[in-house]
Amino acid sequence: MLNKIEDNIYEVPINYRPGMRVPGRIFVSEALLGMVEPGTVDQVANVASLPGIVKYSMAMPDAHLGYGFPIGGVAAFREDKGIISPGGVGFDINCGVRLLRSDLVAKTVQPLISTLVDSLFEAVPSGVGATSRLHVSDQELTEAFIDGAKWAVGQGYGVEADLAHCEENGSMKGADPSKVSIKARKRGRPQFGTLGSGNHFLEIQKVEEIYDEAVAKKFGLFKGQITVMIHCGSRGAGHQICTDHLEVLSRAVHKYKIDIPDKQLACAPLGTPEADNYFGAMVCAANYAWANRQIIAHWTREVFEKYFPESKLELVYDVAHNVAKIEEHVVDGLRERLYVHRKGATRAFGPSRSEVPDVYRDVGQPVLIPGSMGTASYVLCGTDRALDVTFGSACHGAGRIMSRSQAKRTFAGQDIKAALSSQGIKVKATHPAMLAEEAPQVYKPSNEVVDVVHNLGIATKVARLLPLGVSKG
Amino acid sequence: MKPYEYFEHTADVKFRAYGKTPDEMLSNAALALFNSMINTTTVQPKETWKVKLSGQDLEQLAYDWLSELIFLFETEFAVFSTFDVKLHQNGDWRLEAAIGGEKIDPSRHAFDNEVKAVTLHQFEVKKNELWCIQVVLDV
Repeated sequence: MLNKIEDNIYEVPINYRPGMRVPGRIFVSEALLGMVEPGTVDQVANVASLPGIVKYSMAMPDAHLGYGFPIGGVAAFREDKGIISPGGVGFDINCGVRLLRSDLVAKTVQPLISTLVDSLFEAVPSGVGATSRLHVSDQELTEAFIDGAKWAVGQGYGVEADLAHCEENGSMKGADPSKVSIKARKRGRPQFGTLGSGNHFLEIQKVEEIYDEAVAKKFGLFKGQITVMIHCGSRGAGHQICTDHLEVLSRAVHKYKIDIPDKQLACAPLGTPEADNYFGAMVCAANYAWANRQIIAHWTREVFEKYFPESKLELVYDVAHNVAKIEEHVVDGLRERLYVHRKGATRAFGPSRSEVPDVYRDVGQPVLIPGSMGTASYVLCGTDRALDVTFGSACHGAGRIMSRSQAKRTFAGQDIKAALSSQGIKVKATHPAMLAEEAPQVYKPSNEVVDVVHNLGIATKVARLLPLGVSKG
Repeated sequence: MKPYEYFEHTADVKFRAYGKTPDEMLSNAALALFNSMINTTTVQPKETWKVKLSGQDLEQLAYDWLSELIFLFETEFAVFSTFDVKLHQNGDWRLEAAIGGEKIDPSRHAFDNEVKAVTLHQFEVKKNELWCIQVVLDV
């Protein structure tokens, strides 16, 4: 059913399903094509049927079955006649990744790796039901919803320079805290400053390989260097905000007479109160997530300072993987304002975009691709070609191929821990079952996913990072 | 009658829960939700929580019910194992439930998953011979 357009680009034809307004595009190699489940192709087709969609419904090389959009899904909608859908963002709004670089080399840190991981596990609460060391008032939570990482820095969590090295400067415009329910606040308050569980992690890594010396130098990365990666999102606040607005938008599709092939694709036409309210609340969750990663980065710095008083952890960049944003793109030769939904995809802007921080403007933004537990993560660089091909987007990870329940039947958490330990990777988690479901084998090979992105030219490889120690929920 | 069964889903948890009545179906769906997170036989119904909800139709009420349980789980720091659901239909649907459970004790409660939310993807309530609800959870 899929037509090969060129290497690494497959088209879901517009007649694949009735109601499609545009074709689909799935960016995979021949080797990865076999790992794309039929349900994922159906989800690409479902998104293609939403009003106002521009060019294509797209899936990145790590695409897999999700709910609503596929994971790895990217779609842009016209400001007039288009829609916004929480199905294109997900419940974990602004689940994302932050990378810190140190001035330490692996051989200095490696002997202390167990101690460091244990200390990070203590310093950053994680796991189901964990509560934060932070106790914010309702007013402070409101300020964090509006100002994101900027609020956290104002409270002493980090430095001004962090904000300049953060997508949206860690503070997305358009937040409307009045559209956040009391329930979302109640879930969000005790979890502010927690990592969560599942695939979220805090990882000490070393730079194993540099692919592009010049760009690596710009990003402050060198071979043998110690880095720290933080992967988490907006916690219960974001989950509840999505739940609340999904219900409203489910009713909106009847009100505005929009046909949707999947209830999770509930949406509202842009410019309607329902769409505005969802967007305003979604931005609050996105800012909460940026503040959350900022706070966690601060605690990580405190741990490193304890063991390496002279060391410095500086922010390379912080990217969102689940978000809808207003961006200008050229469509058929004309500049248009679009609502770009990225669900399990990373913005990958090249040098021409003003959104790229000044320090990276001559090369493009860092694109951070976390590995699964125990496998390599990658740093790539955004390109201007991505603007033409994917509305400036790239993959966000390796992409699951095995369900969590199958993973638990297949692997034992203790075995995974032992196998990682024999590779010199120290893992600490609240419960061994959590390790089984995140076993490296349940994901696609991340090098193949990243190679597709690189070969397509939508982001180019800069560095590969290997885990040394992982703290998980 | 099986109270519920799980199905394969690459990234998330999918289940169907059954009942001779919609009340029983929603009790079993709640149990399926918590059993996806934790072995509920390790949870003692030491305390009772009450929930009252209403909705325009049974499907919306079912979504609210499961979402409410996640909200209670996260804000009460408690985990639940018994669910007594009573539904009334008089135009709108109304739900009254008594939930048995206890505060989370990390020394006894080992979680397999954290459910983030109830999705509407493939969400469906049907009546054939039995009442059946199909749910995909975001984990």
